[in-house]
Amino acid sequence: MKLQDLVRPYVAAFASRFLQMLQYRTAALAGFATQCWWGGIKVMVFAAFYGATAIAGASSPMSLAQAVTYTWLAQGLLVLLPWLGDPEVAQAVRTGAVAYDRLRPVDAYGLWFARSAGWIAARVLPRVALMAAFAAVALPLMGLNEWAWQPPAHVAAGLAFLLSAMLALLLSTAMVMLLNVAITAALNERGISAVATPVVIVLSGNLMPLALLPDTWQTALLLQPLAGLMDIPARLYFGQLSGWQAIGGLGLQVFWTLALVGLGHFAMRRTMRSLQIQGG
Amino acid sequence: MPHILVDHLLKTYRISERDPGVMGALRGLLHRRHRTVEALSGVSFELQRGELLGFIGPNGAGKSTTIKILAGILRPDGGRVEIDGRDPFADRERHVARIGVVFGQRTQLWWDLPVGDGFDLLRDIYRVDPQRYRRTRDELVALLHLERVLDQPVRQLSLGQRMRAEIAAALLHEPDILFLDEPTIGLDAPSKLAVRDFVRRANRERGTTVLLTTHDMHDIEALAQRVIVIGHGRVLADSPVEALRAQVMAERRLVVDFAQDAVLPAQVPGATVHSRDGQTLVLDFDPAVTTAPALIARIAAGHAVEDIRLEGMAIEAVIARFYAMHGAAEA
Repeated sequence: MKLQDLVRPYVAAFASRFLQMLQYRTAALAGFATQCWWGGIKVMVFAAFYGATAIAGASSPMSLAQAVTYTWLAQGLLVLLPWLGDPEVAQAVRTGAVAYDRLRPVDAYGLWFARSAGWIAARVLPRVALMAAFAAVALPLMGLNEWAWQPPAHVAAGLAFLLSAMLALLLSTAMVMLLNVAITAALNERGISAVATPVVIVLSGNLMPLALLPDTWQTALLLQPLAGLMDIPARLYFGQLSGWQAIGGLGLQVFWTLALVGLGHFAMRRTMRSLQIQGG
Repeated sequence: MPHILVDHLLKTYRISERDPGVMGALRGLLHRRHRTVEALSGVSFELQRGELLGFIGPNGAGKSTTIKILAGILRPDGGRVEIDGRDPFADRERHVARIGVVFGQRTQLWWDLPVGDGFDLLRDIYRVDPQRYRRTRDELVALLHLERVLDQPVRQLSLGQRMRAEIAAALLHEPDILFLDEPTIGLDAPSKLAVRDFVRRANRERGTTVLLTTHDMHDIEALAQRVIVIGHGRVLADSPVEALRAQVMAERRLVVDFAQDAVLPAQVPGATVHSRDGQTLVLDFDPAVTTAPALIARIAAGHAVEDIRLEGMAIEAVIARFYAMHGAAEA
């Protein structure tokens, strides 16, 4: 089979879910408004925190400008985080429509992976664009330069960030797939999402940069899989990882993505063996 | 070699149970109760290439379970299935590329997408050659009268339109086998006729092997040469439709309208009185004992008769009686 034919179903699954999600403009705008609000609060907390540490004379691993930029970046990429499984999967499992997914002559994991990736990408892109317009363009125009989203350290840092953000999408999808499989096995998504959300928010560095957490945890924090969702891309953005360190960061993302894809593939195969299609 | 070979298929489900009400829910927290239900206990049959088989049975008899196993989406607990020499579950990807499935109660089209976009998506998912796809699609659209709905989102279709679109969707990749699980459920008469007509054509003209489950016995009468009755997870009968009718229902029915002032006979030798209503008498008789002409002659000789009608048993009544004979109706 030609490569083009091989990937055709997966590209179609990605594209259709992507286009379908782009229809939900109200949801994107509402999400954007909420994220601006929380972003504003976090920026003010950082400003107060840095003001206080400057008085105390303590040093910080991050400048205030970086912490503020980090905040906007994190708010813009919020929906990149694997909070919950793809609702379409949850619904398909509950109604039994999952039967039709099993009837497609493609790798079942690959099909869901492509679809979930489209689902995430379609929600992230409009929100990032809106956030950039607000925090990187509108805020400086309003004269709030010290609260604005600053450009990357240099061009190479910007490119490394873009690559890393794309890897973060794949990594996030691999994690969403684990949630999808768990939902399929449990036939219910609520409990799983309730457990996943707080863990993901803290360990990805979305709540605050991992560098601000205790020093003794730093190595472990950087090596754990969730760092690849937010913290590693951000470090590349600020030029804090460069040269071999940058490659190491990207490598870590690739490693975790492959490991979680392998795990998800295995888990899905096991789940599907015992899956009972619900109803009629 | 048969196209589809099913040999002693077994499948059990675990069903969780709890007592109703608050106390039941609380007790359920401490102690989970499960019951195993045997959905299939040794189903066997064979199907030749190009055959059209009707699969009937009461709700919960195991029809859908059998279809799901044949489609490769459910793994049997025991027994053997071979389709085109392949195990549907173990060799799922290659198997499902050659089959088309319609579940009457679910949709395989994308709810928010126009029907045509959904078809295009299926083209890519099944990796159908674009030229070939266009030909097949146009043909299906014409046969199933889908021209007007191609641009409409699936959620806005009527049930009849949707079912026709579902059937087209299942055939875009030109499968060798078509599984139809209650394809006429809830449809109005014209839609039912359209679906039946199309299925018959697909079977005759393309030689597609068709396996159809239904509760509508008219589907069976109109389509199937052969019917399998399933009950309690077992094959109760596997025969041509007419043979099934003869086996269950040797009886015929004679309806006699007597003249206004005629006195109705209390008994008619060779027949049993089913009911009497005004001047109408309904008689059941066994054609092996008495023939209809003899019976009619006997009645007409002594009474003024206005009209006589001979009725076969409706297939519905045949099946209901068959289920009752085997104690197969759902508990």
